[in-house]
Amino acid sequence: MTAAGGLCATAPTRREPTIIRERGQREVFCGLTGIVWLHRKIQDAFFLVVGSRTCAHLIQSAAGVMIFAEPRFATAIIDERDLAGLSDANAELDRIVAQLLERRPDIKLLFLVGSCPSEVIKLDLSRAALRLSRDHAPGVRILNYSGSGIETTFTQGEDACLASLVPEMAPEATDAAPSLLVVGALADVVEDQFKRLFAALGIGPVQFLPPRRAADLPAVGRKTTYILAQPFLGDTARALDDRGATRIDAPFPLGAEGTSLWFGAAAAAFGIDPAHVESVLAPARDRAMRPLSRYRLALKGKRIFFFPDSQLEVPLARFLSRELGMKLVEVGTPYLHREHLAADLALLPDDVVLSEGQDVEKQLDRCRAQNPDLVVCGLGLANPLEAEGLTTKWSIELVFTPIQGFEQAGDLAELFVRPLARRTKLVA
Amino acid sequence: MQLTVWTYEGPPHVGAMRIATGMEGVHYVLHAPQGDTYADLLFTMIERRQKRPPVTYTTFQARDLGSDTANLFKSAVQDAYDRFQPQAILVGASCTAELIQDDPGGLAEALHLPVPIVALELPSYQKKENWGAAETFYRLVRTFAGPHALAPGAKRAPRAAERRPSCNLLGATALGFRHRDDGAEIIRLLASIGVDVNVAAPMGATPADLARLGDADFNVVLYPEIAGPSAKWLEKAFAQPCTKVVPIGVGATRDFIAEVGALANIDVSTMLDAEQSRLPWYSRSVDSTYLTGKRVFIFGDATHAVAAARIAAEELGFTVVAVGSYSREFARDIRDAAQKYGAEALITDDFLAVEQHIQALQPELVLGTQMERHIAKRLKIPCAVISAPVHVQDFPARYSPQMGFEGANVIFDTFVHPLMMGLEEHLLGMFRDEDGEFSDTAVPSHLAASGAAPILVMPQAVPSADAITLDWAPEAQKELGKIPFFVRGKARRNTEKFAAERGLPRITIETLYDAKAHFSR
Repeated sequence: MTAAGGLCATAPTRREPTIIRERGQREVFCGLTGIVWLHRKIQDAFFLVVGSRTCAHLIQSAAGVMIFAEPRFATAIIDERDLAGLSDANAELDRIVAQLLERRPDIKLLFLVGSCPSEVIKLDLSRAALRLSRDHAPGVRILNYSGSGIETTFTQGEDACLASLVPEMAPEATDAAPSLLVVGALADVVEDQFKRLFAALGIGPVQFLPPRRAADLPAVGRKTTYILAQPFLGDTARALDDRGATRIDAPFPLGAEGTSLWFGAAAAAFGIDPAHVESVLAPARDRAMRPLSRYRLALKGKRIFFFPDSQLEVPLARFLSRELGMKLVEVGTPYLHREHLAADLALLPDDVVLSEGQDVEKQLDRCRAQNPDLVVCGLGLANPLEAEGLTTKWSIELVFTPIQGFEQAGDLAELFVRPLARRTKLVA
Repeated sequence: MQLTVWTYEGPPHVGAMRIATGMEGVHYVLHAPQGDTYADLLFTMIERRQKRPPVTYTTFQARDLGSDTANLFKSAVQDAYDRFQPQAILVGASCTAELIQDDPGGLAEALHLPVPIVALELPSYQKKENWGAAETFYRLVRTFAGPHALAPGAKRAPRAAERRPSCNLLGATALGFRHRDDGAEIIRLLASIGVDVNVAAPMGATPADLARLGDADFNVVLYPEIAGPSAKWLEKAFAQPCTKVVPIGVGATRDFIAEVGALANIDVSTMLDAEQSRLPWYSRSVDSTYLTGKRVFIFGDATHAVAAARIAAEELGFTVVAVGSYSREFARDIRDAAQKYGAEALITDDFLAVEQHIQALQPELVLGTQMERHIAKRLKIPCAVISAPVHVQDFPARYSPQMGFEGANVIFDTFVHPLMMGLEEHLLGMFRDEDGEFSDTAVPSHLAASGAAPILVMPQAVPSADAITLDWAPEAQKELGKIPFFVRGKARRNTEKFAAERGLPRITIETLYDAKAHFSR
């Protein structure tokens, strides 16, 4: 299936984009960071990292999340006794899980989250999850996934988490009607907007993965069509394909155009009359474009450089270049999923320079040489670059803010306008 | 394994980063998996540093584990040297790299770089951040000052008569709680005594400066958690004595001045006679009688917790109910302080245990870390932050030391401002039943116009294993509601305890006041 909808994009024969592939120091988070939003999204799930003090320190530092006096995540910190023998480590893990479940009887779904140290010592968390699920049945389901830095970067932690949920999804009933599954954690407000639009389009039933409560995990099967709401879900998509579900190909729902194409693709997959689709999407799209036209004045022609962070970079670059007229200097991404990003890549300008992977020092050299108007980068780089005179946008905000959909298109553009506006305002 | 919700300290390699980042001319090459670079943001975001920490990470991934992580490390060291041209290179492993046993020290030595390599062995599965900082500083001090150490048995040459006494100022690091301003304040204080600072380290020092440490007459140890081992070694290597008093609070600052006077052989009596802090008078002013006997719970690193206990008890007239620390290495100091002030001692790095203690003791003020601030917020107890782990708010734009006389002024404000002022408290207590603004069902006055919902402050009951269901008469329940919210939890707990001990089936207004009389101090 291809993208279709209100704003039809034509992709004639085009030059392959330049891709810089580098290896060196990667200035990215590991997948454990995903816990920061996942534990808020799935209200009755708990995330237990099996790792080191570094893992615990990362999660509490990464997003400044010391907000929740007792959050729904914790770390089982491995100590030297656990390194002496794996049987002891397993016994210790069982003890910790029992202690945790006793303390938090509200937990219905527990994720054991693997880390770099747990993987290097080959602590088998999938076996541990099976064993513990048996021990604590039927009240608690225990799953596992890896958020380790040796396996995952940043948003790939969500991918691993959702992929671990797919085998838990019930098989759909034999007489099930065709259904749509929206895959990828979205802010609740965005999810609710999407539900209303799908209803207006006449698409239903619509389910979301992850659900807000673990018990509401949707069913899946051959009648399930799914659409990705996030671009970093390679393993989850594969697991859904294995369950017989079919993926809808579309650009990601960022910006007025991106969101139109995304809904349009879903509507096409469900055989909705294009005239009806246009009548539903047009008012929403027009409303989204009103703030964008204002922000376009501030962003048009400005040169932007992306350091790799969340894998959202390609769809963001598409939005900024097509809807706001920004010029793309370099679009860095930790991993380029060519298949899932095909529709977005097709909409990038011909001369775009992409980079995959990272050697941070060399990339900083390129960035300084290019002297862009705006740099999108992680928290470790942002203040030093500001101090050097560059203007930056912290990329983590793009993950922690509702940015998808029509109603958020203006908010998303504003995130890029604000650092530039600040530079013009501050005179002291 | 240990179940951990929040940690008070990071891993030891973060301690090493605090040393490297505080110093000039040092680069740290850390063998670490992808993701460990998160530590950079501690410095660039929390401390708002304008430069990246001088740290290169190998950021290995799973595919590297199968091939050659050792070569990856070697090329990272070589690249870091070529690019940054440091005077010294620290090398080490984070927790995961420690497991793959690549020997960073040996690999770096094999490159034959023209600068010293300082290999760090920081056992991640046993030790923590402050220990890592102390060990890293100690290794650097030994590497650079070591070659200048006195010969065994040799005596230190006496100071030339024309030279002013000098000291080294040891312990301030990057990402330290108020280290930036403490350093400035103590340098000023030492200057007013007549003592020069030879080297301040690690913050601001180069490896070449460390080589000159032996030139000073003595050492000032600002933070024993970090500078302790180095000061001990310098004492042996250069016959340099060191200070034992940490100058936090008026009393401690005066003791510190006396100690420095003795070490420098300077008469400090006129300086000690002059009153230099506002704290003593502010504590004696009429308004501060409402501070007297307030029950305070203290938790932090050992240095700040012990100092806070002394200030609370001796300089503000609070009652210290507990002194605690996550610095296990300093457990004895904490126990001594607790004993001195008749308080409970608490040595733990388990956040949940600290929370339980606060809940059980129902203090009127919590002096703790950012984590206790969250506990206190939840329990609706006033709180002030006195110690790391640091938060962006602990790097204020204004000058805000903890040490010296200005530090004592800052501390007076810090400890007292979270509390309600004396008369304010009484007025609320007297008229709360009919008070439209401060009763429990009232909307915050500044939000009334917006039609906000009332915030209901429920009395906090402490669950215990042998909890019995106590029957509160409705009028007793209502009376309890008239007690100010910040002591209501304690009143409820005491009343229930009183009733339970006497086997009273029902709590009446009489029981409430009997219990009040019983527990009154």
